[in-house]
Amino acid sequence: LDQVAPSPIQPAVCRTLSPNQILFPFSFQLDFWINPSTPALPVDVRIPANGVQAVKAFLESHGIEYSILIEDLQVVLDKEKQDMACSQQRDRSSNSFNYGTYNTLDSIYAELDHLASEFSNIVSKLKIGESYEKRPLYVLKFSTGGRNRPAIWIDAGIHSREWVTQASAVWIAKKIASDYGKDPSITSLLNKMDIFLLAVSNPDGYVFTHTTNRMWRKTRSKNQGSQCVGVDPNRNWDAGFGGPGASSNPCSDSYRGPRANSEVEVKSVVNFIKNHGNIRAFLTLHSYSQLLMYPYGYKCTKPADYAELDALGKAAANSIRSLYGTTFTVGSICTTIYQASGGSIDWSYDYGIKYSFAFELRDTGRYGFLLPVNQIIPTAEETWLGLKTIMEHVRDNSY
Amino acid sequence: MQNDSFNKINVLHYHLELVLEDIDSTVNCTAEVLYHLGNKNIAPDVQFTIEGELKNTDEADNIFYSQIKSLEKELVAENIPDSHGHVSPEMEPIRLLAWVASGYVMWQNSTENTKFQFAQIKHVKQVKRSDEYLEFDYMILLHEMVSQEIIPWQMTVLWHPQHGVQVTQDSRQPKHASE
Repeated sequence: LDQVAPSPIQPAVCRTLSPNQILFPFSFQLDFWINPSTPALPVDVRIPANGVQAVKAFLESHGIEYSILIEDLQVVLDKEKQDMACSQQRDRSSNSFNYGTYNTLDSIYAELDHLASEFSNIVSKLKIGESYEKRPLYVLKFSTGGRNRPAIWIDAGIHSREWVTQASAVWIAKKIASDYGKDPSITSLLNKMDIFLLAVSNPDGYVFTHTTNRMWRKTRSKNQGSQCVGVDPNRNWDAGFGGPGASSNPCSDSYRGPRANSEVEVKSVVNFIKNHGNIRAFLTLHSYSQLLMYPYGYKCTKPADYAELDALGKAAANSIRSLYGTTFTVGSICTTIYQASGGSIDWSYDYGIKYSFAFELRDTGRYGFLLPVNQIIPTAEETWLGLKTIMEHVRDNSY
Repeated sequence: MQNDSFNKINVLHYHLELVLEDIDSTVNCTAEVLYHLGNKNIAPDVQFTIEGELKNTDEADNIFYSQIKSLEKELVAENIPDSHGHVSPEMEPIRLLAWVASGYVMWQNSTENTKFQFAQIKHVKQVKRSDEYLEFDYMILLHEMVSQEIIPWQMTVLWHPQHGVQVTQDSRQPKHASE
């Protein structure tokens, strides 16, 4: 008799079994997977949790040999459900790119190419520079024409361990491309403005999180005179550089670097923005904490446009919350998290890009950087609503 | 003539009102937290009041306890959650135990300028005991949000369904140079 015992975690229905009672399969909910036929052939049976001890006792007292095929059926079922959900998501998309999982850099770059070719009327791929380890920095441009139209900048993954941001960015790219011509808001937006999206701002770090250290944050540049590698790319911008809120120690995860813009990943974006000359919003994605922040980080004084930025931030947070109830706290970097110098939106704001916002996406600490894959698409969906609210305001408020 | 007397502030007192998430409901809670500014080596004082009761978890606790007790070999596991945030169902209690125990470690090492979060179990090994307690040797990662550092921390955790969680030993670990 081969025995199968299901999960002990399942709530048990208690039944007492007196020692004199003969065990009848029907009264004890035994589920035969191979039914009894002849005495020479084995029988497979699934036993509810509460029956395991009694069945074992019965078999042993009657000298019937048994072996356990599956210790805990629930575990098997859980895994199967998971595997099925994964492949279902795979099947839903028209090619093999799975938006509902964390993909490698190569996979993401291949998908950027795919989007640029599938939606070639509005999407093109630009290389704005190379990382320290010579990986390309690719930006997707969404445009319906014109020459140097006012534009919105969005970036993700400047801190490589914040995996939900790169994943959300690729989803958002697909969303923008697919919704043009269908969604009135994005259609009118792209008829007037361009969008530039840098889905992986720190590709060296991203690869490192896949190959070596899931928790890597910085770039992978060598630091002169130190064994420690990398600079915090969000302390490296020319905004209050050298001030409080960044470390001068190369081994620190908030090391600002030897000088502002020392990191090619940062310098490439600065050059792009400056050369373009008509960027109207600078939006950057981070995780985690569920925050929506405007300048400043390097000082705790309010920006000149505080009232408008605060109101717009709150409107965007309301849009985010409308989908799944996810709450974002709105405020300046300094008052919401901590003083931090050399940050990107401080630079963009002081450069003249009024609508500068930094998002910290899900969650608030339960999983932190290790956000489960089933939250990727919901995060991307709600973030998109927040971005759209800001972009609509930018579209309607030229300056 | 009167000397100016300086009121030297050496404690910082916070009154907190918070909401606890229980299994399927929420519970209000108030707390008083005192940071000792003079000596950074003293953990902050915490007094709290829970309005009402937390749900009973005896059944799940006992199931987990008997599962571990009935293992033939001591439990060993790593990377919980994994890179994709996945935790297998049988490892969920192991993760929760680490979460609770890490709360103690964070409390003992908190100052007004730290904000710790539990990040990951890098490695966990069950330690055989002759008494009724379960013992686990954990290597965890804490995320300190102000410095943004990921800090490896070793902790030895005792647990028993009726006697609760104890961290009997813990020590901060150095970061690996290669990482």
